[in-house]
Amino acid sequence: MTTSTVLVLVEHAAGRLAKVTGELLTAARALGEPVAVLFGAPEVDDPLVAELGTLGVGSVLRVRDARGTTYLATPAAEALAQLVAQRQPSAVLLAATADGKEIAGRLAVLTESGLLTDITELHSDGTAVQEIFAGSTIVSSHVTVGTPIYAIKPGAIAPQPTQPTTPAVEELDVEFSVEGAQIVEEVTEPKGSRPELTDADVVVAGGRGVGDAEGFTLIEQLADALGGAVGASRAATDGGLYPHQFQVGQTGKTVSPRLYIACGISGAIQHRAGMRTAQTIVVINADASSPIFEIADFGIVGDLHTVIPQALAALAVRAG
Amino acid sequence: MTQPLNIVVLVKQVPDSGAPRSLSADATVDRESGDLVVNEMDEYAIEEALRLVKAHGGQVTLLTMGPEQAVQSIRKALQLGADAAVHVTDDALHGSCAVKTSLVLAAALQTLEWDLVICGAESTDGQLAVLSAMLSQRLGVPALTGARKLTIADADAGHAERIGRIERQTETGYQLVQATLPAIVSVWDTINEPRYPTFRDIMAAKSKPVTTLSLVELGISPSDVGAKGATSHVDDVAPRPSREAGVILEGDEQAGSKLVEFLVSRKLV
Repeated sequence: MTTSTVLVLVEHAAGRLAKVTGELLTAARALGEPVAVLFGAPEVDDPLVAELGTLGVGSVLRVRDARGTTYLATPAAEALAQLVAQRQPSAVLLAATADGKEIAGRLAVLTESGLLTDITELHSDGTAVQEIFAGSTIVSSHVTVGTPIYAIKPGAIAPQPTQPTTPAVEELDVEFSVEGAQIVEEVTEPKGSRPELTDADVVVAGGRGVGDAEGFTLIEQLADALGGAVGASRAATDGGLYPHQFQVGQTGKTVSPRLYIACGISGAIQHRAGMRTAQTIVVINADASSPIFEIADFGIVGDLHTVIPQALAALAVRAG
Repeated sequence: MTQPLNIVVLVKQVPDSGAPRSLSADATVDRESGDLVVNEMDEYAIEEALRLVKAHGGQVTLLTMGPEQAVQSIRKALQLGADAAVHVTDDALHGSCAVKTSLVLAAALQTLEWDLVICGAESTDGQLAVLSAMLSQRLGVPALTGARKLTIADADAGHAERIGRIERQTETGYQLVQATLPAIVSVWDTINEPRYPTFRDIMAAKSKPVTTLSLVELGISPSDVGAKGATSHVDDVAPRPSREAGVILEGDEQAGSKLVEFLVSRKLV
């Protein structure tokens, strides 16, 4: 019996693989032999191929898009649909990012297949685990129609190291029919020196209890002392205390860091949806009845304006 | 002179995300035990449609797929200011997956005249965030997804067709994305600040037309949708195991230092 092929859409940015790509490959190996599908990569001296080799990928399909214009999701979905027809994979795996989910949705329609999104575990029998309703309920499902499409939640699966390889690269020319929405410009907004919120090992987040925009300086100082990113609750972003792009929660970003420190955040269900899978949760809040204490590993009922400076001083002593 | 814009806004009735939610015995979203509300992100979609129609002229129609009781949420959504609503309802739709929901909504959209379809980027219950992409694929029109800003440029000497432009939030900033109309746009809650209905709006909503559509009228077989036609199946549902209770310090003047000791003990610093 030959091992079945699993197509994995590689996530990358600025010439580097995204962290989730390793997670996708690990998830794919539960089902068969991953074949990496690479889209929008340079054709000469591609550093991504070598990086895929370090993750044990034996086979890379590099899709060429000769049009020189970038379109949103449609070309990747069409390319994958054609690969599904040609190669008959047992499944297609993508990252459950905004782009990945859009491609997955289109692919499901194109290939008349079922899809499952935001998967946190994938088993060898094709059963996928999802956490729904702000993470309060755990559901196992499987796809019953077509070639299963699995969108894996970034940060949920621990990537397993594998034997490095030198991948065989196959160039693919794909016929594109639809043009769709055209990306006219990519704008990078200044974010300073802190790590990306969704990638950070440590997230320090502030809520309404921070008081005012100036109070967020304390949150930033604690984040910087721990090498972490800054997050904010919806109450804080809606109240103009901190920019919207840093919002953690159901309508904001989902984070899964090793350490999450919630400062002055009451912990509405919607906020917990975005951070409850953090490994260690620390809570600083003046109100002992705040629901966020229910999920705290270490909670301090107190004023963050005195607790944080004391913690900063203690961290400074340690740092020497 | 600017051309009028006819806009369809997709609206979904969901359980209130601020209260505990659960699945029913058949693994569909429980719509019996809690309060049912208009999906929050849809209010931003409605607001955006109303602002566009105010600037360009045209009509806003709401489109919902859901059980009979979803009409309550349609009426609520109409209070915000749309002109009319269409309600796709059929017992056979119960348990439909996202793929089949998009099939039904695409068929319903084909019975309506529109230049733009606007929807919330995701619902608070399913949270798949795939519907706009699926509809785009089914209808063969472009999708401008995840907008935090939307503008419509009229056709002019340079462009034969009207163009929709969005700012699309990304991890590192945003993308400017454009497409010719007709198009589908999905919006995040950063796009605007939805209005509150006035007493007059609330009264006016009572007499706005709500048309219902059944599967027969859409030419879709009942066996192709609902639980029977679903493309995935739920095997098991369980509550999340609760976290072990943590250490809570109260009235401790050394709490800040103890926090650092805790982080050290967990090898987090």
